[in-house]
This record gives sequence, structure tokens and C-alpha cells, in this order.
Amino acid sequence: MEQVLQFFFEFKDAIFIIALSIFLGIEVISNVPAVLHTPLMSGANAISGVIIIGGIILVGHANLTSFSLELVLGILALIFGTLNVVGGFAVTDRMLEMFKKKKK
Amino acid sequence: MDKVLGTLNGMSYTVGDTLLELSYLIAALLFVVGLKLLSHPETARRGNLWAAGGMGLAMITTLLLHKNNSGQGIPLSNVWIVLAAIGVGAAIGWMVARKVKMTAMPQLVSLYNATGGGASMLVALLEYPAAVAGDIQSILVTVLGLIIGAVAFSGSLVAFGKLDGRVGDITKPFMTYLNLVLLIATLGMGVFIIVSPTPPAEMLWAIYTLTALALVYGVMFVMPIGGADMPVVISLLNSFTGIAAAMAGFIYNNDAMILGGILVGAAGMILTLLMCKAMNRSLINVIIGAFGGGGVAMDREHGNIKEITLSDAAVLLSYSQKVVVIPGYGLAVAQAQHIAHELDNLLESKGVEVKYAIHPVAGRMPGHMNVLLAEADVPYEKLVEMDDINPDMPNVDVAIVVGANDVVNPAAYDDPSSPIYGMPIIDAHLAKNIIIMKRGMGKGYAGIENFLFFNDKTRMLFGDAKSSIQKLVTEIKSM
Repeated sequence: MEQVLQFFFEFKDAIFIIALSIFLGIEVISNVPAVLHTPLMSGANAISGVIIIGGIILVGHANLTSFSLELVLGILALIFGTLNVVGGFAVTDRMLEMFKKKKK
Repeated sequence: MDKVLGTLNGMSYTVGDTLLELSYLIAALLFVVGLKLLSHPETARRGNLWAAGGMGLAMITTLLLHKNNSGQGIPLSNVWIVLAAIGVGAAIGWMVARKVKMTAMPQLVSLYNATGGGASMLVALLEYPAAVAGDIQSILVTVLGLIIGAVAFSGSLVAFGKLDGRVGDITKPFMTYLNLVLLIATLGMGVFIIVSPTPPAEMLWAIYTLTALALVYGVMFVMPIGGADMPVVISLLNSFTGIAAAMAGFIYNNDAMILGGILVGAAGMILTLLMCKAMNRSLINVIIGAFGGGGVAMDREHGNIKEITLSDAAVLLSYSQKVVVIPGYGLAVAQAQHIAHELDNLLESKGVEVKYAIHPVAGRMPGHMNVLLAEADVPYEKLVEMDDINPDMPNVDVAIVVGANDVVNPAAYDDPSSPIYGMPIIDAHLAKNIIIMKRGMGKGYAGIENFLFFNDKTRMLFGDAKSSIQKLVTEIKSM
């Protein structure tokens, strides 16, 4: 029991942010009409590409003096992340553009 | 930028550090606002752009202002490499997104989801050796990010393969147990790594084993899940990618990553549960129990299948007042959305009211039919959701079922032994006439007999949906 309390106190900031973000995520997309399910999913997918920040930090501080597997994997992570972000937002925009034009 | 502003917990911080955190706050807020705007039709496009703006901002400020633990910024040579990698990813991502056919949308969404999961997996894998032995918190988030990212990566790739028709469904009874064993092994390995007092740098074999286990589990987890359950799986994997990114956010103590990731995780989970509800199944049921072979269908008189000729169908439709088209995955496969729109225009010009009835899980991803019909310029107002169209079904003169099966199967109402019993369906059987366009007498994805086909009001029009509708259009025009 003490350990649980200890864990909570030490990580209370993280627990707060998780709890509130979950609530926010649910609130923000509840009652979304079916017509938007695909764009919403694909837009959210693009947001999850925020991992790209991790990729930038990783490669940004990588040691370039020697060639290593880590560097290659880091660059791969960065390319993957960018694909997710750019591809995700671009494809969502294309879909929504399609929804839009017929409203005239 | 390097001016020291003060100290916090023994660490001094500069103007640059403060601006960086401020930019993360703005990015996180843009994600929230963007997602909010994305959930309303009028503002959706703007929402997407806002979220993209938040992402761009966070990327630029990270590149310019981020410092490592020893207080060094990103060296110029690294900046070039980062920019080059981003350039490659952006060019490919942009081109594919612009060029891909709308019918390939489910595959593409899965593919991009795989890349996100893969990036999280790699970041966690590469950050692990730098963790301090016994620092349970950071090892915990690293391991979680690795497992969830790897499952999202390989799982989404399998989903991509299935949607693209490259991978079939493999369902064997023993797979449920095998998956359970794999899951336990993966989690067990994860726990072992987290509690082990050995320095992470000496535990590399363990982390690579864990990666392999999680990758295999991702493949095996999606492998048995078939067609109609794809919308659930895709949104679930989408949710996983978000959670994996959030875990990586904890590694870097980066609030934009944490908030963005959890936000997507929660939103994806809601969408997943929404899809499950539309099939009257629990999430566990979808993951563990693949359909088929399950329920023994009630032994009923099959009755006769009655075909309809093109000219009869043309006459029937032309003299109707209300026609409802019920599309399913078959419409997507046949790419019949454009010709379907031509048919509805033609009928409208003859004074027939035409609507499309959209079941929430029709197709292979959430909202699949909406995207498909939007591509063919079918006006938004013509697409009616299941709950709104059902009360009106008895007044409908003709219901045309195009490539849909389980979502109109009345067994959902009256056959407690059917695996789809209790699933909400579109009440096609209540319409005055029913025309079913089908390639042949094959059963639907669930392998369940559809008694709608034997209904007295039902007439079958066999053939590929696209050519059937094409012929129908020609027939009506020549009348």
C-alpha cells in the first residue's frame, strides 16, 4: 500500500496529465457524425506522428563521428515519423476537400 | 536565447528552454482544438490544418532550441541530417497521399499508422540503453512504448496487407491459445526487463527479444481477424500508436508528445468501442473470437431464390417513389460508387427520391462508405445513418443492396443462434421490394446464411456490382 501511495506521489504530474488527456480525448470526439469517422481517424493518426519530436531529438543529438546501427535506426525512425505526419495530414486534407466540394 | 532565467530543482534554465516549452504548450493546444474542429463537418478541414500547424511548430522549435542533458543544442551537422530525413519522409508521404486512389484509403491509413508505431518502437529501442539501472519509471515507459509501438507497427502492416488483398485471413482454433502464450511471453519479458537490476546497456539481448516477441504478437493478433471486423482493428491500432507516442513522450518528459499521444489514444479507443457497439460485440470478443463456424444457423426452409431481369428492375425502379441504396464492401471492391451516383441522378431526374443507408461498420474502416460516396460526389444529405433510415424503411418502395450482406441480415433480429444475433442492422426486409446485387450465392464474410435472399419480396441481380448498375443505367435510359 505504501508503495502505491509513494508511486502516486512521485508521478502525480504524469498521472494528472494522463487522466485529464483521456477525459479530453473522449470529450472532444464524442458525438462525431459517422461521415467524419474516417477523416477523424486519419487526422488523429497524423497527430500520433508527434513521435517525430522524439526522432528529431534522437538524431539531433546522435554522435556522427562514427557510423553506427543506432544512427541508421534513428534516421529510419525519423523517416517513419515524417511519413506518418505529412502523409497523415495530407491524406486527411484530401478527404475533407472531397467532402467539401460537393456542398457548393 | 542562452540567457539564464533562473534555476528549478537545481537546474538552470534559459530563455530558449522556456520558449521551447511554451511552443510545446501551444502545439498541444493546437492538437486539442484541431481534433475538436475535426469532429464537425463544417470545420473539419480547418481543424486538420490547425493540428498540422501545431506539429510543424513543435518540430521547428525542437530542432532550433532542444538541448541534451549536458546543455548542448543540436549541432549544425545533425540539423542537416534531420532535415534530410524529414525531407525524404515528407516527399514520399506527400506524393503517396496525393496520388493514391480513394478506394485504397483504408490501406493507406493502416500504412501510415504502421509508420507511426514503427517510429515509436525504434525510438524506445534506441533510448533504452541510455536508461539508468533501477530507474523504474523511465524503463517502464520505454518498455511500454516499445511493446505497444511494435504491436501497432506489425499489426498495421498485416492489416494493410489484408485490406490490399495481399494477405488472407488465417483462422485456426489453436491460434487463440498461441496468441495468449505470445502475449504472456511478451508481457513477462517486459516485466523482467523493468524489474531487472542489471544496467540496461548489458540487457540489450533482452530488449531485442522483447521487440521480436512484440512484433510477432502484432502479426498473430491481426492475422485471424477478418473482413467485417477490420473497422474495429484499424481504430484500435490507431489508438495504440497514440499511446506508444505518449510513452515515448514520458522518456523525453515532453508534454506535447504526452498530451498528443494520449489524446489520440483515447479518441481511438472511443471510436473502437463505437464500432464494437455497431456490431453488438465486445472488444474482447472481436480480438479473441473470430467469426465463422461459431453459431450453427437455425435450420429453416431456405425457400427459393428469385432472380430479376434488368428490364424488370429498370421498370420497378423508374416507377418507384422512394429508393434506398444500401452499400457494403462489395461496392468498394467493384469500385461502383461513381456509377451508383449516376444511377441515383438518373432516378432523381425521373422524380424518384433516392437515399443511401449507411451502416456504421459497412466496409473495412470506420466511415468507409462515406468516403467512397463522397469521392463520387454523392451529396452529403443523401447519406442517411442507420438509426435515421430504419423508421422510414416500410415506406421505401425498393431497397437496393449493393455488396452488403451481414448488415442487412434479419437473423440479427430473429435467430438467437446466429453469431450476429442482436447486431443492429438496416431494415432492408421491411421495404416493399428488395433488389440484391451480388456476385454469386456465396455467404457473407461471417459465413452466415442470409434469409433476406429467400424473402418473398427479394429479387436477386447477379453479377459484378459495377457492370450490373451500368447495365441498369443503360436500361433505364432506353426506356
